[in-house]
Amino acid sequence: MTRAERTRWLLWLLIGGPIAVFSIWALVDNTRLYLLTLLNGLTLASLYFIVAAGFTLVFGLMRNVNLAHGSLYLLGGYVGFTIAEKTGWWVLAMAGGFLAAAIAGLLIQVLILRHMQGQDLRQTMVTIGLSIVIADILLWIFTGQVHQMEAPEWLQGPIRDIPVIRAYSAYRLSLLAFGIVIGVFLWWLLNRTRVGTMIRAGVDDRAMLSAAGVNVNLVFAITFMLGAGLAGIGGVIGAVELSMVPGEDTRLLLASLVVVIVGGMGSVVGAAIGAVILGLAETYGLAYAPTYSVVFTFVILVLVLAFRPRGIMGKAA
Amino acid sequence: MRVTKRFVVRSLLSAAAAMAVAGGAWAQGAPIKIGLLATLEGPFAAGGADGMRGAELAVMQRGGTVAGRRIEIIKASSNANPDVAVNAVRKLVEQDKVDIVVGPLSGSEGIAVKNYSKTQPQVTFINGGSGAQATTLVDPSPNFFRFNTEGAQWMVGLGKAAIDKGYKRVMVIAEDYAFPYSQVQGFMAEFCRLGGKVPVKAWVPLGGKDYASTIARIPKDVDALLVVLGGADAVNFLNQYEAAGGDKPMMGGSITVSQDVLNYRGKRRDSLVGTISAGPLADSFDGADWRAFVADYKKNFPVDKGGFPSPSLFALVYYTNMKAALDGLDAVRGDLANNHARYRDSLSKLELKMPTGTVRLDSNRQAIGTTFVTEVVKDSKGELTTRVLRKVDNVEQLLGIPRDQFKIGTRDEPSCP
Amino acid sequence: MSAAYWRRAMNTGLAAAARPLPLPRAGVAAPVAAAAVDPYADSDAPRWLRFLWRHLAARHVFVLAFVLAFPFVATSFFTFQIAAQSLALGLIALSLTFLGGYGGMVSLAQMTVAGIAGYVVSILGASATEVSLGWPWWAAVPFALAIATACATLIGWLSVRTEGIYTIMITLAIGVAFYYLALQNYSLFNGFQGFQKVYPPTLLGVDWRSPMPFYFLCLALSLAGYLWVKWLVRSPFGIALQGVRDNPRRMAALGFHVTAHRVAAYAVAGLIAAVGGVLFTWYNGLISPNSVGTGWLINVLVIAVLGGMRHPIGAFLGAVVFVLLQTFAIDIIDRERFNLVIGVVFLAIVLFSPDGLLGLWAKLRSRFGPQQALTSPTPRRQA
Repeated sequence: MTRAERTRWLLWLLIGGPIAVFSIWALVDNTRLYLLTLLNGLTLASLYFIVAAGFTLVFGLMRNVNLAHGSLYLLGGYVGFTIAEKTGWWVLAMAGGFLAAAIAGLLIQVLILRHMQGQDLRQTMVTIGLSIVIADILLWIFTGQVHQMEAPEWLQGPIRDIPVIRAYSAYRLSLLAFGIVIGVFLWWLLNRTRVGTMIRAGVDDRAMLSAAGVNVNLVFAITFMLGAGLAGIGGVIGAVELSMVPGEDTRLLLASLVVVIVGGMGSVVGAAIGAVILGLAETYGLAYAPTYSVVFTFVILVLVLAFRPRGIMGKAA
Repeated sequence: MRVTKRFVVRSLLSAAAAMAVAGGAWAQGAPIKIGLLATLEGPFAAGGADGMRGAELAVMQRGGTVAGRRIEIIKASSNANPDVAVNAVRKLVEQDKVDIVVGPLSGSEGIAVKNYSKTQPQVTFINGGSGAQATTLVDPSPNFFRFNTEGAQWMVGLGKAAIDKGYKRVMVIAEDYAFPYSQVQGFMAEFCRLGGKVPVKAWVPLGGKDYASTIARIPKDVDALLVVLGGADAVNFLNQYEAAGGDKPMMGGSITVSQDVLNYRGKRRDSLVGTISAGPLADSFDGADWRAFVADYKKNFPVDKGGFPSPSLFALVYYTNMKAALDGLDAVRGDLANNHARYRDSLSKLELKMPTGTVRLDSNRQAIGTTFVTEVVKDSKGELTTRVLRKVDNVEQLLGIPRDQFKIGTRDEPSCP
Repeated sequence: MSAAYWRRAMNTGLAAAARPLPLPRAGVAAPVAAAAVDPYADSDAPRWLRFLWRHLAARHVFVLAFVLAFPFVATSFFTFQIAAQSLALGLIALSLTFLGGYGGMVSLAQMTVAGIAGYVVSILGASATEVSLGWPWWAAVPFALAIATACATLIGWLSVRTEGIYTIMITLAIGVAFYYLALQNYSLFNGFQGFQKVYPPTLLGVDWRSPMPFYFLCLALSLAGYLWVKWLVRSPFGIALQGVRDNPRRMAALGFHVTAHRVAAYAVAGLIAAVGGVLFTWYNGLISPNSVGTGWLINVLVIAVLGGMRHPIGAFLGAVVFVLLQTFAIDIIDRERFNLVIGVVFLAIVLFSPDGLLGLWAKLRSRFGPQQALTSPTPRRQA
């Protein structure tokens, strides 16, 4: 066995070992809780994946750390909530949230960020300023009250008579479905369309993309729209499951940051892996050691940064 | 006329006399400056605004003057952070030079302001809405007065009501910080003493909205859930609980059974009937003073001017504390000499008539007041509303436990698994 | 940066006069060489006085006199709440200015480091909370500084081994993670309540928390930090750091250890932030998880950018503006919309004047000031 292979085996053992021991103990102790938590973790991971995928696309292509991503999530959620209240159509709310966030993203990119091409730090600081302003405007309009959106009729209520876990929320399972659908759509977009090819090429080498004659500004605008729109959809989905309140933007932003750091910049597959790791860590932490669930996240973050600074699927420069 | 020495002396004397008279008249008309601090920013902004309305109501009821002097209110704002609250109070005291401070709103702000009050003996500090136990129980300040009962006192009576309903084993679901700790303690002090058991306490991290893991932990053999979450968070919890197929009855903390919960439209709406909770006020209380207070609030702050449909908890506590401040001033005819010595004495002995009952202060300047135990019922139109089950008077901060055995509520304290 | 500039920076003083240095603009005479000549070389004044004459301008003397005389003419409210708070905050922002402006790494975890120092001084020292150990200040404070600097080094080591723009993300994530740790942990950090009554000691018969002594304490430490940063950026380490900021690949090719320089910069910034953190905790008299929450992490960035990230004095300028806005906003506009005002101001600065208020001032001066000669006889200064 070569040295690299041996290190890989060691790493798998060090991380996988305690997890395996814990899983066996938990399964024996309270099977229902373990399986429920597994499902909870995967469904939460789907929400994180949807939001973080947008973030990683924008960063991977445009090297722009969009710290207003959380505010776009909040914007999409509030717009979706308002539409659902007025029309009662949840699908319309989803579309509305996506559009609102996408348009906001487009405006940000075209009006502000395009003029600062190449000044990565300045762009990031602009997004920080925008996040403060957007969050405060939303607080002004919607006040600090908690807004809870209702799930659509056909998704309300539990699915009963499942072996071992007895019942599970239909809406939460649908989250899993959403995550998979969006993941497949993103894969198709990136791998089977021209735009996707341009985006992937841009992630690898921005200068060559422009040298090859592609309208880089257009690609950037589309990517930013897509990224923001994903945050908006995440907001509408989260408004039902988690409710909308100022402060959710910071939480989702932090979750996106951790997912992208752990999973790797610019990689949608990395976002999926990171989201699964983060979702499972958070939910298992909440279920078995609620006080320190966030510390688990922190420990994972530090470990990844210490040993694989580029993330699990990140590419070297 | 000739300017002689006599002329000069006389004119000087008369000028001095005129100034003394004018100065005296000026001092008599000098307004009493009261600083009013509430959380006008951040998550409690709506509550803080209503608190200010409650305090202003107390001032309006006196026509804006007390003991012949005009009342001048100077507003300050914080965002539930103790350092912001102390900065705001420091500005009120040292820059705006107020005589009395009424505030703050949230628990940890209250402790910070109490510590500050010890360094400013020339100003009297009266609480606004903060309900942390430690403010008056640990290291109290001689010039900090609290005329509202605190979080643990608000739950007295609920333990007995739970036992009466047949709940012997209860699981606690609450947010992980000081106010829910005190609420749970207020419940458990009585509940455990009467033989109840609390096998599991699930502390949800502050701001966490994902209750799925907590719901997964609910044991099969508990009789009810004590949910100490804010009204809207309680609705979120109910939604998730219902979606996960749960069916246990609920009991609420003081801020849980709010209008959001009463407007709940989920499938388990009917199971909400019979939910008991406790708090310092009850919308459906039949007392004459309470109804007069509600009418007065609605008249001065109609809904289209930003008022709530009915005064909230924050309006009531701020109203109580401001009314106490003004009643005390009235009792000493505005005499604030000697570092407010007579004023503070009168405050300590004040028997305050409140819309919900009478309030006195104990030796730590903490209020001894009234708590209501309420139950959710369906009215004739099929809407959910609350009715008063019991009115508990003379609730003390020590909850009937001897001082040397009393421990402030924490995650693990009290415990009766 | 050309070799000539490098050499000029490295050799200030009389020796430089001996070497004729070429200017970047070809064909212009070399008055810079004249500038390096000591105009006071013939004077009889002692060496230290000549040093001061060379380096101090009128504005330096004026500002120094102002800050020294300030507490005697202002009310104790202004001295304590405005001035001392600005100085303590300014010190924390100075650490970010050094790290971001001279090191090229914008770290959102400077307030975290300051918070760690504040927490350690509360845990080890005396406070109203049971968790505190009650050590005397001469044991608690050095420990706090040491632990906070060590944490800053660790944060630096975690953040610098990747691209520059990663730094903001990683430090934000670390900062928020620390916030949640402080919020959830009761055995060490006392959770949501935090620590109350954390005061500076009474030393030499003086209560160091009363307005004037505290102001002078903050002033002395701020001045020390400011002068240290100004000296550091002209030292070999500082020049190398700026080189690393501008072109890390070239510096690596020249044989400099890029990562070590960056981590060392984090350590220096950590020490400055730690001192600022202890002062800020003493100013508030308490520390709670909100002191290290996202709001404050971003506020420190806003302060540094407001003043101008390329100038050390910008940190203090930004802090004064921020504190004034924070204190008097309620009298002018709705305090509720304070965040909106700060956000808009920050956005405006980043969009139109990236060098902050000082950059704006420089632009205005060059636009409306007296016509400057193409080359100025005095060496270029950064405030």
